[in-house]
Amino acid sequence: MSEEYSLEIVNPEKSFLYKNDVTEVVVPAFEGEIGILKDHISIISFLKPGIIKVFSNSGEDSYFVNDGIIEFKNNNLSILTSLILNLKDIDKEKLSEIQKLTEEELLKPDISDQEKYLLDQKIEVLKSIN
Amino acid sequence: MASLDDLKKRISSVKSTQKITKAMKMVAAAKLRRAQESAEKGRPYSDKMNNVILNLSSAISDIENAPKLLSGTGEDKIHLCVVMTSDRGLCGGFNTNIIKKAKLYFQKILEEGKILKIITVGTKGYDQLKRAYSDNIIDRISFKESKNVNYFDADKVGKTVIEKFENKEFDVCVIFYNQFKNVITQIPQEQQIIPLKTSDKETNSSEDNYEFEPEEDEILSNLLPKNISTQIFKAMLENSASEQGSRMSAMDNATRNAGEMVDKLTIEYNRSRQAAITKELIEIISGAESL
Repeated sequence: MSEEYSLEIVNPEKSFLYKNDVTEVVVPAFEGEIGILKDHISIISFLKPGIIKVFSNSGEDSYFVNDGIIEFKNNNLSILTSLILNLKDIDKEKLSEIQKLTEEELLKPDISDQEKYLLDQKIEVLKSIN
Repeated sequence: MASLDDLKKRISSVKSTQKITKAMKMVAAAKLRRAQESAEKGRPYSDKMNNVILNLSSAISDIENAPKLLSGTGEDKIHLCVVMTSDRGLCGGFNTNIIKKAKLYFQKILEEGKILKIITVGTKGYDQLKRAYSDNIIDRISFKESKNVNYFDADKVGKTVIEKFENKEFDVCVIFYNQFKNVITQIPQEQQIIPLKTSDKETNSSEDNYEFEPEEDEILSNLLPKNISTQIFKAMLENSASEQGSRMSAMDNATRNAGEMVDKLTIEYNRSRQAAITKELIEIISGAESL
């Protein structure tokens, strides 16, 4: 019996990734990480900055995402995100640039608690990659 | 009749114009391919986004407390129109078509006694609207500097719109852009983005039971602003593909017209050259005869 389902990651510019031999995906959902296996109940959730881990028959991949929405339905997982980077070929310089921008944003005075939480998260994740 | 020298000059000037239009056509064709590609690649994202929102909105039980971006302010007084045009000219009827469509809508709004506010994206739209509607234009945005359409720019427009909505500056928001069908046909579109219209495919998802994490309301209020940026981004992509397509066919026509004109002028030039020769011959012969 196969335990695989299909995964599609899209960003505004293009369809980033399509795989149909995924066994498990771990996503950084807003209220904590979710691991999704086959036949998971239909779910919609959104992501905070973090790492998506994709386990498939062809290996394991990790991606950094800034934000996003996931939808799982009929063994199709769609992830919509505005910024996604593959950790394998990631550019250290670009990472530090993002980190710097985030830190600057954090210093703005009119920031809401939720935004602050998200930005903190982002910095933490970025640090852990670097 | 124009003198031979004048004709010669005209022929060479038409020829050099033809060269320019030909080059512009080539450039537009190359750009068109890229723009078309990115428009097609961008479609899955906006489609998926739309789907998720449809699913969400059908799951929301308490319509009255739904986010305002979805249900609207409950009024229909102030309309905000985002008119998206190009930054460059020489692209046939591209800008004019959008403006025409938008003006029809403006008239309707004004006749109904509602308040009209306009944001123009792209300089050409502003140029065409500023005379008639300069009092209504509240903001103008241009992305002359950015080479390609990117999400960041769209997000900027989206944020402007949302900010104005939250300040209760308008009730309904409509965007105008050209939808790319093929090189010859671009269809001017008006699309209402606030409040969101969900009438299209409401039936297909009603039986799905989703689990939401966090609550529906919270997801929706996070998602809706993103959706607005996404829709604007989609419109920008479609627009840029349309612009290049429109420019390509316009320049193709111009090149052909210039070719026809060169042919006509050449015939005229040859005729008058022959006429001059014949005239000279007649003069010589009649001169010799009179001796």
